[in-house]
Amino acid sequence: MNQPSPVPRNFGFGSEEEMLRDLARQFLDENMPVEKLRGLAAPDPEPIYDDGQLPGWDQQVWNQVIELGWPGLAVPEHLGGSDFSLVGIVGLVEEVGRHALPSPLISTLNASWVLRSAQTKEADPFLQSLASGTPASLAMTGSRGGVEPGEVDVEARSTPAGVCLDGVSFFVQDASKCELFLVFARQGEGLKLCVVPREAAGLRIEQDQIHDVTRDQATLYFEGVEVNSASVVSDSGLATLQRAWPGLLCLVSADLCGTSEWQLQTTVEYAKNRKQFERPIGFFQAVKHPLVDAMIEIDRARSLLYHAASLVDADHPDAELSARMAKSAASDAGAYISDRSVQLHGGIGFTWECDLHIFFKRSLHNQALYGDGVHQRRRLADFLVGPIDR
Amino acid sequence: MGESGLTSEQIAFQKHARGWLEENAPPPPPIRLPLMAIEVMHEAQRDYLQSWQRRCYEAELVGTDVPREYGGWGREGCQRIANQEMSRAGTPFMINIVGLTMAVPTILVHGTESQKKLLIPGALTGEEIWCQGFSEPGAGSDMANQQTSAIRQGEDWLVNGHKVWTSLGHFAKWMILITRTSKEHKYDGLTYFVCPIEGHPGVSVRPLIKITGETGFNEVLFEDVIVPDSLRLDEVGKGWTVAMTTLTYERGAAEGAGGGGQGGDPTQRLIALARESWRDGVRASDDPVTRDALVQQAIVYEGIRMNMRRAKVPALNDHPMRLPLQSKLTGSEASQNAARLGVEIAGVHSTLYKKDPKAPEAGHWPLAYLNSYGGTIAAGTNEIQRNILGERVLGLPKSK
Ligand SMILES: Cc1cc2nc3c(=O)[nH]c(=O)nc-3n(C[C@H](O)[C@H](O)[C@H](O)COP(=O)(O)OP(=O)(O)OC[C@H]3O[C@@H](n4cnc5c(N)ncnc54)[C@H](O)[C@@H]3O)c2cc1C
Repeated sequence: MNQPSPVPRNFGFGSEEEMLRDLARQFLDENMPVEKLRGLAAPDPEPIYDDGQLPGWDQQVWNQVIELGWPGLAVPEHLGGSDFSLVGIVGLVEEVGRHALPSPLISTLNASWVLRSAQTKEADPFLQSLASGTPASLAMTGSRGGVEPGEVDVEARSTPAGVCLDGVSFFVQDASKCELFLVFARQGEGLKLCVVPREAAGLRIEQDQIHDVTRDQATLYFEGVEVNSASVVSDSGLATLQRAWPGLLCLVSADLCGTSEWQLQTTVEYAKNRKQFERPIGFFQAVKHPLVDAMIEIDRARSLLYHAASLVDADHPDAELSARMAKSAASDAGAYISDRSVQLHGGIGFTWECDLHIFFKRSLHNQALYGDGVHQRRRLADFLVGPIDR
Repeated sequence: MGESGLTSEQIAFQKHARGWLEENAPPPPPIRLPLMAIEVMHEAQRDYLQSWQRRCYEAELVGTDVPREYGGWGREGCQRIANQEMSRAGTPFMINIVGLTMAVPTILVHGTESQKKLLIPGALTGEEIWCQGFSEPGAGSDMANQQTSAIRQGEDWLVNGHKVWTSLGHFAKWMILITRTSKEHKYDGLTYFVCPIEGHPGVSVRPLIKITGETGFNEVLFEDVIVPDSLRLDEVGKGWTVAMTTLTYERGAAEGAGGGGQGGDPTQRLIALARESWRDGVRASDDPVTRDALVQQAIVYEGIRMNMRRAKVPALNDHPMRLPLQSKLTGSEASQNAARLGVEIAGVHSTLYKKDPKAPEAGHWPLAYLNSYGGTIAAGTNEIQRNILGERVLGLPKSK
């Protein structure tokens, strides 16, 4: 990591990236203020937690997001996208996290990132479709919840027309909002990457019951799902996913940094206004200092995130290492500010009525997604210290 | 501005600095060096470090951005690069740390033309070592509670008082000194001087012994010391403002006139230690708990480097002081935790003092750990740093 790198000192965050980020901030401030989010995603707990209803989201906002071209940010221009730098996309996703936007945007960006990493012609029509607003999600996780590429419980069998899928895929993000699934299926030693529409015969989607009210998640059951060869976008799914991995880690880290910053600022505001013992509670150092510590952790995560994204953009060999550092830092910062935000609000912070829980749960979900801090560090140790000698 | 964000002058300078440092690595020191400039005890260390600073100055790595008329090299935005290159090369630190990172930048902001010409050149070459007389027995965190008095006598001032924790006082030619010139106002009653130390009548410097048993800082007593008015910086009663300039540079929130050398990322060194240390029958480098701790350290140091880079990208900073004001706090706690981890990894071997031949790495880690409290206490304790960040950046109500 001490080699001179071709990576720009400003991480490649130039005026276009700044404009995109500022536009996202403004758009989401207007279209997803926290009062609206609360009304949509967390009106009452019973329907969601007891009756299994899906939390609400705003289809209208998603249509505007499509018009703004955000689902195609990672798609090459000749396929209808804008081929934006990951650094720029990360800036936008931070804003998405800061507003805890419920939408299929993140899952679609993830899917486009993986399709792009397939580097095949077969991926092109689907990239085009995603760029034009077809929401999509990754189906890549096995029953054991393995957070690294390759652990899948879907089998692919060759047929004259393509492949046939049997098995189960777990923890599929925002499945209820998506029309296409990018399914990783095992065939022999290899992994195939197939695109399966939600209405495919033999595909059953069972919604998971989850804590986070700003997204949904499902288990996908495949029973003889036929996929024609045009929809088998890669025969080297593992390599595809490994190439995509640093970018996926950056995207989830960006969401985390965004929710964390909202939690920090909201708690700071509360500490300025809430009075006890005739003073705003932010006067007390037991309140003030942890907020500073949270800020420091968030800043560390953000700096590592922008660096990692710039290495991904530069196709730098250290991209994975940096992205794992960013995810470790972002997960830990998210855990810390979540903890302090509730504690420092006192009783009100413990209620459903207070917006904190919405961000707390989104953060908690993202901390686990693709591996938490401890997991990333376990992997990083193999890079930095070397594999364990048994 | 090119792709890398550096001007062509900066790129050329970086090349020069890197090349020069590669070809001019200093000879091994005659006697073991301490970890930081503020711990230099022996004359042999001082002489060695002074001659290294002079060579770096002559190579334009010190005083790089200082105007030529004051003995500098008149560049722009190159000191930071020189410092980075010196850290990268792992060359010794600059002994005149107080001169370069506090006195020179303060004099450049607040000094008169003749003060700049008189004081800056000697600080840059390292010939004239500086110390900082801010802290007193009753004025530590509450720095404005200064009791050292300066009373006007014609063209001179008569100074009486007691400074403590004065690093490098035993080698110093000059001191940046805060005094009380009025008892009526706590903050507006302060005046800032530069004061001659070595051999100056009425000044006595007495060593204080640190937690490690070594000397390193001092107390400095002033008994009817005469300081000419020409050595006053800025106006009478403006001492607090001038001191704030000094602190901005001291805490690393702005670039001074030189620094560089060592104090870098200890991760590789800790990993090497872990490979040679044993834990319950396996190498510490194979112990998952130790591995996690090592990687946490690596992430913190990488985060500090990337914070420095992000701080230079205005679009990625909602508040301009949010990252700069963190640097003293994060840097000193990172070193402390790293040293503590070294102690843990070395295990029972870390009981050995540096003089014991069995001590791993000549007793580096436990000494570094003990010394690390210098970093978390000096230059405004980390509790005070947290107050400042909470108040100035987050806008929380003042604690005092
Ligand atoms: C190695 C070393 C080198 C130094 N070199 C120099 C030097 O060259 N020149 C110089 O002038 N000084 C120097 N100092 C002095 C240093 O600046 C002071 O020690 C420091 O500012 C703290 O002051 P104090 O020691 O009086 O502690 P105190 O101010 O008495 O603090 C004691 C404890 O109380 C805490 N505390 C105090 N006020 C608050 C508050 N408002 N909120 C929360 N916590 C608080 C502190 O954080 C600390 O933990 C040096 C110190 C060290 C350790």
